[in-house]
Formats: sequence, structure tokens, C-alpha cells
Amino acid sequence: MIRLQNIEKVYRTDTIETLALNSVSLDVAKGEFLSIMGPSGCGKSTLLNIMGLLDVPSKGSIKIADRVTENLNDKQLAQFRNKTLGFIFQSYHLINDLQVLDNVELPLLYRDTTAKERKMLATEALEKVGLANRVKHFPTQLSGGQRQRVAIARAIVGKPDIILADEPTGNLDSAMGNEIMDILINLNRNEGTTIVMVTHDENMAHKTHRLVRLFDGSQVQ
Amino acid sequence: MLKNYFKIAIAVLRRRKFFTFISLFGISFTLTILMVLTAFIDKVVGDNYPDKKRDRLLYINRIQQKGKDNMTSGTLSYYFLSHYTGMMKTPVKVAISSGFSGTNTYVNNKKIAVSYKYTNAEFWDVMDYDFTEGRPFNKQQVDNADHVAIISEDMKRQYFGDVDLVVGKYIEADNVSYRVLGVVKNVPVTSYMFFSDIYLPYTVSKADYKSKSYGGSYMGVLLAASKDDVPKMQTEYENLMKRVPVESKDYQHLYSHAKSFFTSYVDTGNEDTSGVFIVITAISIFVFIFMLLPTLNLVNINITRIMERSSEIGVRKAFGASSKTLVYQFIVENLILTLLGGIIGTLLSVIALCAINSADLIANLELTINFTVLFIALLVCLVFGFLSGVYPAWRMSKLNVVTALKAQ
Ligand SMILES: Nc1ncnc2c1ncn2[C@@H]1O[C@H](COP(=O)(O)OP(=O)(O)O)[C@@H](O)[C@H]1O
Ligand SMILES: [Mg+2]
Repeated sequence: MIRLQNIEKVYRTDTIETLALNSVSLDVAKGEFLSIMGPSGCGKSTLLNIMGLLDVPSKGSIKIADRVTENLNDKQLAQFRNKTLGFIFQSYHLINDLQVLDNVELPLLYRDTTAKERKMLATEALEKVGLANRVKHFPTQLSGGQRQRVAIARAIVGKPDIILADEPTGNLDSAMGNEIMDILINLNRNEGTTIVMVTHDENMAHKTHRLVRLFDGSQVQ
Repeated sequence: MLKNYFKIAIAVLRRRKFFTFISLFGISFTLTILMVLTAFIDKVVGDNYPDKKRDRLLYINRIQQKGKDNMTSGTLSYYFLSHYTGMMKTPVKVAISSGFSGTNTYVNNKKIAVSYKYTNAEFWDVMDYDFTEGRPFNKQQVDNADHVAIISEDMKRQYFGDVDLVVGKYIEADNVSYRVLGVVKNVPVTSYMFFSDIYLPYTVSKADYKSKSYGGSYMGVLLAASKDDVPKMQTEYENLMKRVPVESKDYQHLYSHAKSFFTSYVDTGNEDTSGVFIVITAISIFVFIFMLLPTLNLVNINITRIMERSSEIGVRKAFGASSKTLVYQFIVENLILTLLGGIIGTLLSVIALCAINSADLIANLELTINFTVLFIALLVCLVFGFLSGVYPAWRMSKLNVVTALKAQ
């Protein structure tokens, strides 16, 4: 599903050069639930962003869902992300000005759907994360765990093949973290969605199919 | 899609209530001021009733005499105007009329205020008053000092009530009764040179119109045979005034000019300060400040407003919005804001003009919205909303998703 080959990422500023990723190669199979672990600053987020086409590598090739994505223009890239990928962030990144339902509908705005379809699909997604009774709330009226569930609903509403989650439980206590983890596991099991998750939590990582460890930009396991 | 832009635009506007208020207030207030101002200018300068032949007219409404320590300035005497303009060759006709003054009269024991004005016979040829009935008085009637009057429609209604024709009836003012010769359409008081309720032959005036002193209560309007003769007529008057002796040895200089309409309208009566300059400067500064404030403010608000939403931009891009779509979204949001300001401004303008009209602050002045200006103003609003949104939107849409998401 995802194939990374010899990915290198260098951040250059005026004074220093940081090698964030050093020749990382990784294959993620369809329907796999993969977790990535490693100390802070070792390049986990960078790797995930490259997989999500949010960032471009300095070297190496990427293939996602059997498509080489290097030569896509801005519009094609946007379309590709919209159809294929769903993101979950540590700090949720919900739009506070919009109600829960509108937040969840967001990915559908960028494809051909009617308002009715959007509402139906968003409600369905919210039911899956157990928040069907909070559609009219604003994000600031929800707890951290609830916000992350809204974010998951937003990530799955467009039925993407792949979900990329960067420390989705990082800001939550363990009870709430476990709830989020259960939702992801069910999603992977029932819908066959491929999931790549960055985490700091060994327990969470061990619930997934496979674990990849990074250290200083290199893959160590 | 548009509905969603609208939703988020309204949400953003509501969240930043203070700034929204400032923006909307700025836009709508500017628009209102602009509309009221143009309505005034339209009426006062643009409306050429009753002096319809403006391009052939020159106005004389001041004489100034200056000495070392003293100065006198004011309107002129009948004698001065008729004597000196009588010596001129270019004008085909000269209208001479006094400024309007007020008195009271009684109808069925009810007191009404009336203003009256004295004119010569040529006044009616130089001016183009619209007569709804009757006709003006002629030279013979003036020479005979006949007690005849031309009245305004307003006066007719107030004095005679709802009757069809009043020519031949008598109207009393200052205990003298005058036979009505004609009725003319109202002139707003802002046309102060021509406004009055009652127009009378100058020969019936109680003040001595034969007095040879220079100062008095009269103004003159010179009519040239054609537009091309106007400069010649102006020079002739200038040269004539150079030869007129000062009235007493207290003074060394004498000034009087025959001016075009606008210059004479805003005349301050003082040689050292040009009325036109003052008025134009004042209006320009006024308009400039009123346009500048909301402009700067909106650009500024836009930049901070969009910067604050970098997380939203990151998220939208991650979930499939292209840069183009985002620019489009921010521009639409901005247009919504400016249009809202435009609509509020239009409403405020209508309310303000209605209030000014119905308060009757200024007699006979009926202000109306200048639709050309409104249309242009709304267009400017749109263009401006577009421009002030484009730059920040374009910049933000170019933002790298990862950077946008981090900047929280
Ligand atoms: N935009 C950037 N500019 C410069 N250096 C960066 C940038 N983003 C990340 N880095 C550096 O790259 C390394 C990896 O960062 P990151 O992938 O965020 O680590 P992790 O998510 O594992 O904590 C770190 O040393 C970080 O300082
Ligand atoms: Mg990270």
C-alpha cells in the first residue's frame, strides 16, 4: 500500500543542516496496522508527513496505492490526499469556528457531494466514534478525548484507504487513549483501513500488527 | 460550497466581534458620509435651478474695501450694481436682487414666517424660474413701483391653502398687500442667492435703493450673450473695478469680482483666503481620512485574521483543498464582509438622508441618493474587498502544510 525507498530528508537553515531521515525504506501492506516509535526528534513526524504527501523528501521515492506521486501538481496532489489519505494529529486541529458536524464534513467539501450526502456520511462517521449526540457542539465545548474522536470521524468520513495518525493519544490520559486505540483497531479490523500510527506508548504499539523503531533518523528495527 | 464559505465567514466574523464591528463600521460609515456628502453637493452645486444658464453667468455678491486698520466687506447696494454694470458692454442682461429677509404675516390669525426678496425686471430673464401659473413682473411695473409679487409654490399652499389658481389674489406681508402675478417652483434655501417665498420689485422696498453708498443688500448676476463672452465679461468687470474710487479715505483698496457659480457660492468675502481652496481642501481631507481609515484597518485585520487561521489552512490542505480553492475561500469571505458593510452603509445612507429631509433643517431641500455614486461606491467596496483579501490569501495558500500545522 505504501512503499518508501531510501528516503532522506535534510532540513537546511542558514546555519545548520539537520538530517531528519537517513535512508529509510519501508513497506506497509494493505490492511496493515503499523506503529512507529522512537525518542523525541528522531524523525517520526517527518516520516509520517512524507507518507502523507504533506512534505517532500530530499531523496528517495514514494509509491502510495500503486501510484508514483512525485510529479503531481498542487491540484492533483490535493485530490489524491482527499481520496486516499486521512490524518489524525496529536493536537486534533479541529476548526473551532465550526460545529462538530461541519468539521467532520470538511474533507467531503473538496469532492463532488451534495449537502445531503455530506450530512449523512458525517453523521455515520460520528456514530462510529460514538459522538452522534454532539453534532451541534463546537470543539471548545468538548473534552480532549471527544475532540480526538471528532478528528477520527473527520479522517474516516471520506473512506480513505490509509489513515496516518501522529501521536493520536499523546495528549490524552490512558483511559481516553485506550478508547481512541479501540476505535482505530476496529476501523482496521472491520473496514480494512491501512493505518500508520506514531506513538510513545509501548502498550499501544503492541496492540498493532507491526512496530518500527526509529533512532536519529534511521530505522533500527 | 458557497454556503460553507458563508458559514465559516459568519463564524469568523462573530468570533472576532470587535474587529468585525470596526470593519463594518468603517466601511458603512465611510459609505454613509460619502452618500450624504454627494447628495448635498448634487443638490447644492449640481442642481441648477433657477440659474440654468450658468455657463453664461457671472455672479457678483461681494464688495470689499480695505484700509490700514479697517476693512469692510459685504453685499452691494442697488445703486452700485446698476450704476457700474450699466456701464458695461458685454453683459446682455443684468439680474439684480436683494438677499432674502424674513418677516411675518398672518393667515386666519395664524402667524407664518415668510421671506421676501427684491429684484429688478431683468432678473426674470436672466433666471429660469419655472412658473406653474402667471408670469413675472415687467420693467414698467417695476418702474411704477406696482405692488405686485411672485410667490413660491410653498407660499401659495401656506397662504392660500389648497386652491387651484391664485394669480390676481392679494397677499399681505409687512402690512402691505401685493397682487400675485405668478407662482414659481420652490428653490432650496441652499441656493441662497435665489431662494425666497415672495419676490417683489425693488422699487417697493422701504429701504432707499437710491442711496449711493457702495454697501447694501443686493447681488448681481451678469448674463453674457454666449459662453465665449464670459471671460471677456469678467475682465471688463475687473477693469471697471480698478477705476472705481474708494468710498472714503479710510480705505485704500476696493475689490469686487464677477465670478463663476462655484467660486461665488463659497466666497468668503475676503481677498486673502480663497473660498474655493478652503472648501476643496476641506472636502479632500475629509474624504481622504474617511477612506483611508477603513482601508488600512481592513488590510490589517485581514492579515492578522488569516495568520491566526494557519491551523485551519493546514487542515484544509491536508484534507484535500488546493491552494486555488483556499484563495477562493478567503476572497469570498472578504467579499462577504465588505458587501455586508456596503449593505449596512446603503441602509444608513437612506436613513440619514430621510432624517435630514424630514427634519426640515434646510427649507425646500430634498436630498436624494446619487445612484451613480452609490453604484461606484459599492463597486469600490467589492474591488477593495477583493484586493485586501487577495494578498494575504495568496500568501497563506502558498504556506507549507507542515509549517501551517505547527504554527499553533
Ligand atoms: N521545519 C524544520 N526545520 C528544521 N528542522 C526540522 C524541521 N522539522 C523538524 N526538524 C528537525 O528534524 C528532526 C526530526 O523532527 P520530527 O520529525 O518532528 O521528530 P519527532 O516527530 O520524531 O519528534 C528534529 O531534529 C527536528 O528538530
Ligand atoms: Mg513528532
